[in-house]
Amino acid sequence: MELLNLAGIAGVYTLMLVILIAAVAMVTLRSLFHSALALAAVLIGIAGIYLTLQADFLAMIQILIYVGAVMTLIIFAVMLTEHLSHQTVRQNNRQSPLAIAGICAFLFCLTGVIVRTPWPLQPQNQTATITAMELGKAFMGQYVFAFELISVFLIAALIGAIVIARKDK
Amino acid sequence: MEILDSIFLNTKKIFLDLLGCWLPDWMILLVNIGIIIGVIAVLGPVIMMYLTLLERKIIGRMQNRIGPNRVGIFGILQPIADGIKMFTKEDIIPQNADKIVHFLAPVLMVIPALLAFAVLPFGRGMIPVNLNVGLLFFIAVSSTSTICVFMASWASRNKFSILGGMRSAAQMISYEIPMVLSVVPVILSAESLSTYAIVEAQARWSGLHWFVFTPWGLLAFIIFFLCGVAECNRSPFDLPEAESEIVAGFHTEYSGMKFALFYMAEYMNTFTVSALAATLFLGGWEGPVLPSWLWFFIKTHALIFVMFWFRGTLPRFRVDQLMGLAWKLFLPLTLINIFVAGGYHLISDRNFRVAGASAVLLVSFLLFTVFLNRKYMPEKRRYDLVD
Amino acid sequence: MMIPLEHYLIFAATLFAIGIYGALIRRNIIGILISIELMLNAVNVNLVAFSRSTSLAPETGQVFAIFVIAVAAASVAVGLAIVIALYRVRKSVYTEDIHLLKW
Repeated sequence: MELLNLAGIAGVYTLMLVILIAAVAMVTLRSLFHSALALAAVLIGIAGIYLTLQADFLAMIQILIYVGAVMTLIIFAVMLTEHLSHQTVRQNNRQSPLAIAGICAFLFCLTGVIVRTPWPLQPQNQTATITAMELGKAFMGQYVFAFELISVFLIAALIGAIVIARKDK
Repeated sequence: MEILDSIFLNTKKIFLDLLGCWLPDWMILLVNIGIIIGVIAVLGPVIMMYLTLLERKIIGRMQNRIGPNRVGIFGILQPIADGIKMFTKEDIIPQNADKIVHFLAPVLMVIPALLAFAVLPFGRGMIPVNLNVGLLFFIAVSSTSTICVFMASWASRNKFSILGGMRSAAQMISYEIPMVLSVVPVILSAESLSTYAIVEAQARWSGLHWFVFTPWGLLAFIIFFLCGVAECNRSPFDLPEAESEIVAGFHTEYSGMKFALFYMAEYMNTFTVSALAATLFLGGWEGPVLPSWLWFFIKTHALIFVMFWFRGTLPRFRVDQLMGLAWKLFLPLTLINIFVAGGYHLISDRNFRVAGASAVLLVSFLLFTVFLNRKYMPEKRRYDLVD
Repeated sequence: MMIPLEHYLIFAATLFAIGIYGALIRRNIIGILISIELMLNAVNVNLVAFSRSTSLAPETGQVFAIFVIAVAAASVAVGLAIVIALYRVRKSVYTEDIHLLKW
């Protein structure tokens, strides 16, 4: 079984590497449609990361909502606003070196903080599997106010999006 | 009958015990997984091939002719002839097409269609992967095929393809919502998301405890089945890919093997949606005399026959009628269905709850079809013939 | 099969940094929106990793992550509606062409 464990851990690190490569592709590809497809790949990869963190309900919700619905919205918008002939237009502005320097400094500081902080680990959570039932009890128990608020929020966003994108008569 | 019921499981167990003599334990696990994957990878395309033959013969009989019968006895070898034809056709790619995306679209369309086979309970103890969230896995995976439709239509650089692709994607996302919501009463009643547990919850008294025999279950079954037909882009919902409308829509520019992959994905979707409808509402593998996997195939093929019947009989919808059906009829009905199913679950007096649920659902159905549409109904025309 | 908490956190931080790079660099408004989606996903990974390792109740992070997914989806919907309305008026989705309120 040791070999399978090792293969599993190697697989998770490979998945993380693939996600990072897809994310870099997403911010550097010239064509917006290809960037959107790279984002879809990143989102599916992150669903895989949730599966390794034993959050299987959340992984399925991620695929259903992000890849199924949000990506459809984004690709609809890309297809409606992109001209087929603008393939070779430059797609990043001139702040590229400054941004890279800033990002590297940010990442360096953050990694330093992460590695040096003594995180209070709770070992009993490591093997707990969260099923939909426990999430449901949390939603209807402790977080019921936020749950109701988010349903109002979603209706507001729905109506707002329809009103803004409607053609003026 | 017990022997026939678990014949596949016993065969696999004997084979694995035989291999266990000289292989280490972890390799037995991998061989187990490999056998399951191999069975599904063979079963999927073979089912799809013989579904195409079945469809042509059944639609032929409905149109008063015999289907294909030249290639083998009763046309048994016709799918193989079709396969050879599709393999050897020339693969035409338009000159301005985006080559990578054009290549990836049919490949990525088949992946969700095959993945959905993993959570179908084919028989007693014969489910490939028993996930805790099996039903949600199926729905999530089948919702990723919308992106592939967009990829196919955009990469072809053809205005008709893009138009057909957008219509097809709009249809698929519109019909996903009632499909997901119509399954919620089943989850409520079976108290689990796993397809195996849902079948077990219906297996109590043989035949009478299926979810389709309850008022909310009947409505949910009809809505789920119709939304499944729409998701597969089949008649009567096949406006985006009908030949007389928009020249095959998003797969206009595909020929040869790539078109075969799209075709395969559509038929595998047909099979999995029918199988899931049979699992959730008709009791899955549960039945009196015959082995469990045979019952599963009988129920699934009965629903597939209904899908072929729709294709042979009904004309297709216009695009505004298509969207209106999903948003104005199915969605409100599924929302009311969830409430009715919750009430049904709580009230324990059998006669009252059946009558009450049926009354509420019938009134709401009539409300959404007749009363709220009075303003939009076209008036009856009178044709006065000249004598 | 345990991967230490710090590795998940560094991965999420890198993804967040790539997202910020994309949001700073892109000229196309939709490109900026999808970089923001990447940042929100990195935050989600962070939340779930923390809730599995250091929280008192293991479902807290996942509840929070579901809320973040819902809010992100709503924000993308409204953002894209604004982009489409803008495209209809200015016929362009590049940030340099939308400068009416600039001094």
